[in-house]
Amino acid sequence: MRFALTTEQQELHQVVAQLLGDACTPDVVRAGTGSPQADRLYAGLVDLGATGLLVDEEAGGLGLDENYLVPVLVEIGRAAAPLPLVDTLAVAPGLLSATGRAEDVLAGTVCVAADPVGNGLVRFGSRADLLLQGGWGGSGVIRVVDLAGAQREPQAAVDPAADLQRISFGTIIAEIDDPALVRTAWLRGVLGSAAELVGLSRRMLDLTVGYVKERQQFGVPIGSFQAVKHHLASALLAVEFAAPTVSAAGYALATGDEQASVAVATAKALASDAAVQVARATLQCHGAIAYTTEYDWQLFAKRAWAVAAQWGTAAWHRDAVARALGLPASGTSPAH
Amino acid sequence: MDLSWSDSEQAFRAEARDWLAGHVPARPLPSGDTAEGFAAHLEWERALHADRWSVVSWPEAYGGRDASLWEWLIFEEEYYRAGAPQRVTQNGIFLLAPTLFAFGSRQQQDTLLPRMAAAQDLWCQGWSEPGAGSDLAGIRSAAVRDEQAGGWRLSGQKTWTTRGAFCTHLFGLFRTDPQAQRHHGLTYFLVPLDTEGVTVRGFDRLDGDEGFAEVFFTDAFVPDSAVLGGLNEGWKVAMATTGSERGLTLRSPGRFLQAADRLVELAASNPESSTPVLTDRVVRSWMQAQAYQQFTLAQVTDIVEERPTGARSSLNKVYWSELDIELHETAMELLGPDAQLDSDWSRGFQFSLAGPIYAGTNEIQRNIIAERVLGLPRK
Ligand SMILES: Cc1cc2nc3c(=O)[nH]c(=O)nc-3n(C[C@H](O)[C@H](O)[C@H](O)COP(=O)(O)OP(=O)(O)OC[C@H]3O[C@@H](n4cnc5c(N)ncnc54)[C@H](O)[C@@H]3O)c2cc1C
Repeated sequence: MRFALTTEQQELHQVVAQLLGDACTPDVVRAGTGSPQADRLYAGLVDLGATGLLVDEEAGGLGLDENYLVPVLVEIGRAAAPLPLVDTLAVAPGLLSATGRAEDVLAGTVCVAADPVGNGLVRFGSRADLLLQGGWGGSGVIRVVDLAGAQREPQAAVDPAADLQRISFGTIIAEIDDPALVRTAWLRGVLGSAAELVGLSRRMLDLTVGYVKERQQFGVPIGSFQAVKHHLASALLAVEFAAPTVSAAGYALATGDEQASVAVATAKALASDAAVQVARATLQCHGAIAYTTEYDWQLFAKRAWAVAAQWGTAAWHRDAVARALGLPASGTSPAH
Repeated sequence: MDLSWSDSEQAFRAEARDWLAGHVPARPLPSGDTAEGFAAHLEWERALHADRWSVVSWPEAYGGRDASLWEWLIFEEEYYRAGAPQRVTQNGIFLLAPTLFAFGSRQQQDTLLPRMAAAQDLWCQGWSEPGAGSDLAGIRSAAVRDEQAGGWRLSGQKTWTTRGAFCTHLFGLFRTDPQAQRHHGLTYFLVPLDTEGVTVRGFDRLDGDEGFAEVFFTDAFVPDSAVLGGLNEGWKVAMATTGSERGLTLRSPGRFLQAADRLVELAASNPESSTPVLTDRVVRSWMQAQAYQQFTLAQVTDIVEERPTGARSSLNKVYWSELDIELHETAMELLGPDAQLDSDWSRGFQFSLAGPIYAGTNEIQRNIIAERVLGLPRK
């Protein structure tokens, strides 16, 4: 028993954290998907082998597992990177081998987005070359869609850095119906989102802890007021207890645990709730300054709200776990 | 990450499970917070001790098994899974013993620990006073030097002393330097309750059991050997092990995993009284119990690899206590009109409400988290 990263996992985590610290500053998040800065960030991640993290060594990848993926995606979340990285790093591997496009992803010439709902609404859509559509809940069929000639309509979104696009008329190049592949793709998407949420939550907390030590009212730092302390302590509790469930879910997937889907659902539910709670508490502790688009808090909060709602909300995952535990769940499971 | 158990850990689990299956009383014992129930629990404690299950992590010489922290966690999981009785000896074993191991003289360890393990000496915690709850440094009970007799004369009053009316000994803080302020000048004493000048008055807790006591000291004499750690160092000695009280050792994850499983069972076996909202709450609590376990696995890894966890034990305290309330409130809702009956659930519900009060209130813990984990300014 050892509930901690190995040295190699830590090393990968650190190089990724360093790259993101340098190449994914809030300015880069604001510049957004499709900007030269975001492209440079993607190239940097590709250089580190991130797009091949879950790809077998024989196929040119790093041949690593979800234990490595989780800390990498926590950092990507912390940086609010404006790229579909959960989709490209976590969901795509395993699905593209039949399409002849896997090498392009490894080489970084192609970026993959996922649309598990299948309604064509895609985040970071202008940067997506391939779309993985369908497979909600880990069953059904995932269509691999080439977006070369597709139609993209930008959608007004809460998160201005989300680059939300309504995409239609792509070319279906493969349909994946192998239940094991569809299930794994789903679970990795859920796990990856949970990891991102942990990173986003930590970033909001860090930003706020720094701020409340500096900002003075009544002649003292606002961080010395007990009400502020208690908000932030509660927010920290939510993150500190969500984070280990995400690591444990990664381990469950990496080791092929039969209970992995319950572990992954638990992680996503707790990480989503934590992120929403942290967002609320950290805005409150800032006051009006964070209620602006000029201040960086919004970049992380809006991303957190979006990710909390993707790949199954907290309530959706609790419903799934209720069924797994044999609890009296009502009617059919909620659609999304 | 390696969340598997070694062969020897699995063997340890199997041995514990077997023993518990063969020994846990078939019918639940009466509450250990009553005189009659306490006596029944002592028998159980002595059965545990006879087969060396009462203090698994202690050295064999003191009645333990030299078990690792991991094995201790495994034992706790099995203990709660087996529905074994509450530990009426817990305040000695989990709160005083870590302090004795850290600060006790060899002589104190050799005489006190084996008797504690065997449930011969039964320890209660004498920290709080009528005027000193959260503000523990406001302690006024005092010890005055009796040079001639070679010891100390204790006076004052302790209160909220858990199971004080049934215990034989008290560990507590007394002011030894009347000139010193606040947390200076306090000393940690080990006091037999049959000492002349000590009177104990039991009184009822919220659930109606006589689980509390007030302890009065009038010129009660204790020898120098009753001092644990240095003279006037009581605060340091007491605080060094508050982590045990707030954190993992007082409330191991096994307790909440078991409670969460019971809650799932309650909901699954009463589909007619459940609603989607209640199902959602059941699952939320169940998930939080898993989170508490995983958090502690990471924490034990830190402890084993000598990364100090420090003030992070306050995170445990707030989380387990609030989880416990949520688990029990949900159970009360599921029970509907039957919630008014005296039952394990309704008792558990009442006791869960004390969780955010004892072992340092959750308000105090949140202050600690903010100041010492997040680094916010004290003033
Ligand atoms: C079931 C149970 C068992 C117990 N067993 C023992 C025992 O065996 N031995 C023992 O010594 N004691 C025991 N206690 C007592 C326990 O340690 C105290 O109740 C606790 O320290 C709080 O003190 P108090 O009750 O005097 O409340 P107070 O300190 O008066 O607090 C009342 C309220 O004010 C709040 N408050 C106080 N100070 C602050 C602050 N600085 N910031 C914010 N809020 C604040 C508290 O959080 C609380 O909500 C037990 C208590 C319970 C409920």
